[in-house]
Amino acid sequence: MTILLFGVTKDIIGSATLSMPSSSEFGSKKSKTVKELKDYLGKMYPELKKLSSLAVAVNNSYANDDTIIDNFDEIALIPPVSGG
Amino acid sequence: MDFNRYQRQTVLKDFGAEAQQKLKDASVLVVGAGGLGIPALLYLNAMGVGNIGIVEQDMVEITNLQRQVLYTEGDLGRSKIEVVVERLKAQNSSTHLTIFDTFLTRHNALEIIAQFDIVIDGSDNFPTRYLINDACVILKKPFVSGAIQGFEGQLSVFNYQGSPTYRCLFPNMPNQEEIPNCNENGVLGVIPGIIGNLQALEAVKAITGLGEILKGKLLLFNGLEHSYKTIHFSLNPQNTAIKKLLESYGEGEDACEIGGSISVEELEKTLKDQEHVQIIDVRSKKEFQHFSLPQMKAINIPLNELEGRTNELDTQSPIYLLCQSGKRSNMALGILKELNPKLELYNIVGGVDRFLALASLGTAKKNSSDLSKGEVKS
Repeated sequence: MTILLFGVTKDIIGSATLSMPSSSEFGSKKSKTVKELKDYLGKMYPELKKLSSLAVAVNNSYANDDTIIDNFDEIALIPPVSGG
Repeated sequence: MDFNRYQRQTVLKDFGAEAQQKLKDASVLVVGAGGLGIPALLYLNAMGVGNIGIVEQDMVEITNLQRQVLYTEGDLGRSKIEVVVERLKAQNSSTHLTIFDTFLTRHNALEIIAQFDIVIDGSDNFPTRYLINDACVILKKPFVSGAIQGFEGQLSVFNYQGSPTYRCLFPNMPNQEEIPNCNENGVLGVIPGIIGNLQALEAVKAITGLGEILKGKLLLFNGLEHSYKTIHFSLNPQNTAIKKLLESYGEGEDACEIGGSISVEELEKTLKDQEHVQIIDVRSKKEFQHFSLPQMKAINIPLNELEGRTNELDTQSPIYLLCQSGKRSNMALGILKELNPKLELYNIVGGVDRFLALASLGTAKKNSSDLSKGEVKS
């Protein structure tokens, strides 16, 4: 699973992309959701949990917390940016 | 209209005289004449958009020059809107320009936006972005949103004929700690140039009906990888049900000169109309003694003494907070708000500096009966 990082998430995680290991990392082989992924990332990178308005896209579509994801999906973490 | 002037675009089969006429008849509001607003303004004006409105109240600063390419070294310290109008008039004398020498606030947003067909959001802070969204939803106006940070940019057309809104992507305004704000984070000079131009392009498409509008899609541009990624998102009908603006757009803790704030021009009117206006000058005692504005009759309570001297405040009346530039008074606003959320507090945007700058700008603006709005037709 590839996670593309935008805006401040890039600074928090320290790279432009993140490759997630296999499903065992989640402690479950069942389908995973966006919520589970967010929780997992939040544990690894506590700063991410502070982002109240973080959009998540799965395969270029906006996803909700209960959107199902698998290892072949491309995820994007998109915080709003405000600069002008 | 001099069609010859626009021949290079009217010759385009899909554009033609018809689209040119649509541009001429259109009215576009550009909020912010900064990194995004300037390229958008220059191209819309060049291409023949007939009516352009500009909302801006900043002065030209040296740190603006690396990306706000309309301003020159000679413009430092001048009001941006004055310089912009001068250049746009020179560029295309047939454009009808309406200037709003103010920041967009919850008090003026609906009235200003109602006068235009479409809005370009070139603001630099979240409070204004959410305010523009909500006002446009209420007024059923489309807006072309651009935003930048570092080497990246975001672009989308929101609320276009029932299309998704900004809140469909980012439902709630982030707080100050989450996202670098107000230019605290850097930006590579050319990035707003790219995104601002794309905003102009989307505005032209929305006006003329040309091509496919970037609605329900968020474009993520990365300048370092040169990647353009498009994210699809859909409408949450809840977000188009907005009927009125919020009571507050996060001023105080995150006041990028919006709400909870008052412009010097507005304050001067208040001073004229009211016998007693409570102005607290939070500069140091030394600064206050060195220079103060006699017409303000301000009480000096330095910022570091504020918490211990709240008994000197008249909590029943509005409190206007003043300092040299508007920064310390903004912090004072945050402190007082936390102590007593019920207080009616206003930060005087730009502070003493703004008073002095306005005083030295001369008579042209002073003579106008409504300082916050002027019309220029050339």
